[in-house]
Amino acid sequence: MVRRLSTVAAKSDLLRLSTAGSVDDGKSTLIGRLLYETKSIFEDQLEAIERTSRDQGADYVNLALLTDGLRAEREQGITIDVAYRYFSTPKRTFILADTPGHVQYTRNMVTGASTSDLAIILVDASRGIMEQSRRHIFIASLLRIRHFVICINKMDLVDYSEEVFARICSAFQPFLTRLGLSDVLFIPVSALHGDNVVEPSLNMPWYEGPSLLHHLENVEVASDQDLVDVRFPVQWVIRPHRSEHYDYRGYAGQVAGGVIKPGDAVVALPGGYQTRVRSIDTFDGPISWAFPPMSVTLTLADEIDISRGDMITGLQNRPIVGQNIEATLCWLTTSPLKVGKKYIVKHTTRSVRAVVTNLQHRIDINSLGRDESAEMLGLNEIGRVSLRTASPLMYDPYDRNRATGGFILIDEGTNETVAAGIIQQPVG
Amino acid sequence: MALNSPTLTIQECAPWKGVVDGLAECRYNLTHLQALEAEAIFIMREAAAEFERPVLLFSGGKDSAVLLRLAEKAFRPGRFPFPIMHIDTGHNFPETLAFRDRRVAELGERLIVRYVQDSIDQGRVTELKGLGASRNRLQTTTLLDAISEFGFDVAMGGARRDEEKARAKERVFSFRDEFGQWDPKNQRPELWNLYNARIHPGEHVRVFPLSNWTELDVWEYIAQEQLDLPSIYYAHRRLVFERGGMLLAVGEYMQPVDGEIPFEAEVRYRTVGDMTCTAAVRSSARTVAEIIEETAATRISERGATRADDRFSSAAMEDRKREGYF
Repeated sequence: MVRRLSTVAAKSDLLRLSTAGSVDDGKSTLIGRLLYETKSIFEDQLEAIERTSRDQGADYVNLALLTDGLRAEREQGITIDVAYRYFSTPKRTFILADTPGHVQYTRNMVTGASTSDLAIILVDASRGIMEQSRRHIFIASLLRIRHFVICINKMDLVDYSEEVFARICSAFQPFLTRLGLSDVLFIPVSALHGDNVVEPSLNMPWYEGPSLLHHLENVEVASDQDLVDVRFPVQWVIRPHRSEHYDYRGYAGQVAGGVIKPGDAVVALPGGYQTRVRSIDTFDGPISWAFPPMSVTLTLADEIDISRGDMITGLQNRPIVGQNIEATLCWLTTSPLKVGKKYIVKHTTRSVRAVVTNLQHRIDINSLGRDESAEMLGLNEIGRVSLRTASPLMYDPYDRNRATGGFILIDEGTNETVAAGIIQQPVG
Repeated sequence: MALNSPTLTIQECAPWKGVVDGLAECRYNLTHLQALEAEAIFIMREAAAEFERPVLLFSGGKDSAVLLRLAEKAFRPGRFPFPIMHIDTGHNFPETLAFRDRRVAELGERLIVRYVQDSIDQGRVTELKGLGASRNRLQTTTLLDAISEFGFDVAMGGARRDEEKARAKERVFSFRDEFGQWDPKNQRPELWNLYNARIHPGEHVRVFPLSNWTELDVWEYIAQEQLDLPSIYYAHRRLVFERGGMLLAVGEYMQPVDGEIPFEAEVRYRTVGDMTCTAAVRSSARTVAEIIEETAATRISERGATRADDRFSSAAMEDRKREGYF
């Protein structure tokens, strides 16, 4: 059986990106232009926002109306929640998480950044680097976004000056160095006039780099996945109970790390039983290898007791199996973190009870300073904590693997998602 | 049996010399369609695993056809760990019902049908009168009644974020309170692929595995998987009339009024819903390949071209969703 790809030309891969910005830095105009230039805005959508813009008394088309989809957002003229936008070029398909920039909506920025591979940071050339630019970069780097594009926008307001551009770039450098970010591209743009958004700008012949869209089409991101250490959180056990598949026992899940092949020696954690991969099954038939983020079903050579929440890994470089976890938390809800209170941790496909045993410090997301006297974490605040779980988690530091290094905290009483957790390298 | 290669790019990596050797030269990349498929399968398995009583909502449209294929990919060789449920407005295209019954029989899975007509007969909802009256909004009551009748705690549907701007804001796991309502201002943050499935009794969650798919992705997937669809998706000749800039089919539930002149045209449907609010578009696309070409070139959004119900106001969908609509 041949996989039926022949009917459609093998298409571009997928880039997930996020943008963050404030009311006035031209983010909506930039996104509007990307959507418009890639023919991703439909005529009826454009007509609808033209109509609304006129109704609101604006003398220009407010492209922000494209992404501000909720009644409350249109009424208040602000972006509150993440909006997802889709566009594609012949080279690539893009999923863009458009997130609000205001500190009050940090939690939504974290949500958008959690699934992104690349972040676009907007800076108003006429105002230079702002506190919130730093905050966006910090949050994106905390969530291990490795690729950054810093768009110095509104270059038309500073006469397309190379000097202004260079000054803003160098003002960023110490901060970027401190965060250890290496793939950062600065692009001078005018979203309003389209300079360097899709086509290279004639107004800035001194800039020799790519346009924004050209860069997005070509930036290499797939290598960010961990292809060495096998991580397979078991999501669902397939047991057909049918005569034709009487003995079938398949472990379904999404590969979270490594490359898995039939015959590989593996271990099921936390039990610790060792066996081999017998086959990697899909609906289209068995395949010869699986890698992130493929959803597949593994069958194993030996019958061992494995259920949802367990993890199949390689024999070497196993994840940490433990109950004491050091993590950075981003607090997402109005009732503050209480040290000593019990929460549910959802990590990979495993949910366990946990207690926050210690709040070590709170991070000032503007200065990056640590407040070690902090006794609580409130909405949108970020801090370093120690947790103890009721049963072991199989985890890696988030720096090594996003899928096995991130978790959420859920309040047992309200069922709200109260925090995003990023697992740190254990101390000692 | 010959082993399949998961991607085309990976075949370029031959000869395979083991993980470590291979790593340096290989691009372990999925195509965007493979990545969307992997994500959707993950979401469906997560919904099935985290809830006690899941159900898959089926509308008879192309997104439903894709969902059923994804369910096969997620759960075969096992059975689906949920029934399939259709909320029947009573104003369906006959081709939709034929497709539904054909597909369910092929799959050998359980189908539940609940009727808007029953909700009307029981006095749960009142049939709207007048021009443009549709049972579309009435479905919400029938749907919520069925969810509580069976005690479903999660309902999977085929809605996509690219369809509509309120949907662009909706979570993959979208919480509904005990009245079935969506509160767009107070959605749970959704981090990574860690979906919070915890609810109190009486509440439920809507899950949208196709959240990140576009109309074009759906068609490319239909082509790749060679999926069967109701025939009205393909161009055919039909008696229609024009109302409010849309082409509506002349039929038992839809008749032209004074001044609306019926005529025959070559049309197809981009969405399949209630006959009274789903419009046809002029098209000569008779194959999936021609539809893909047409979809890639179109400058009108799917709902804008075909859904009379979304024309009332810019917040029509948001308002319906708040009440518990799909």
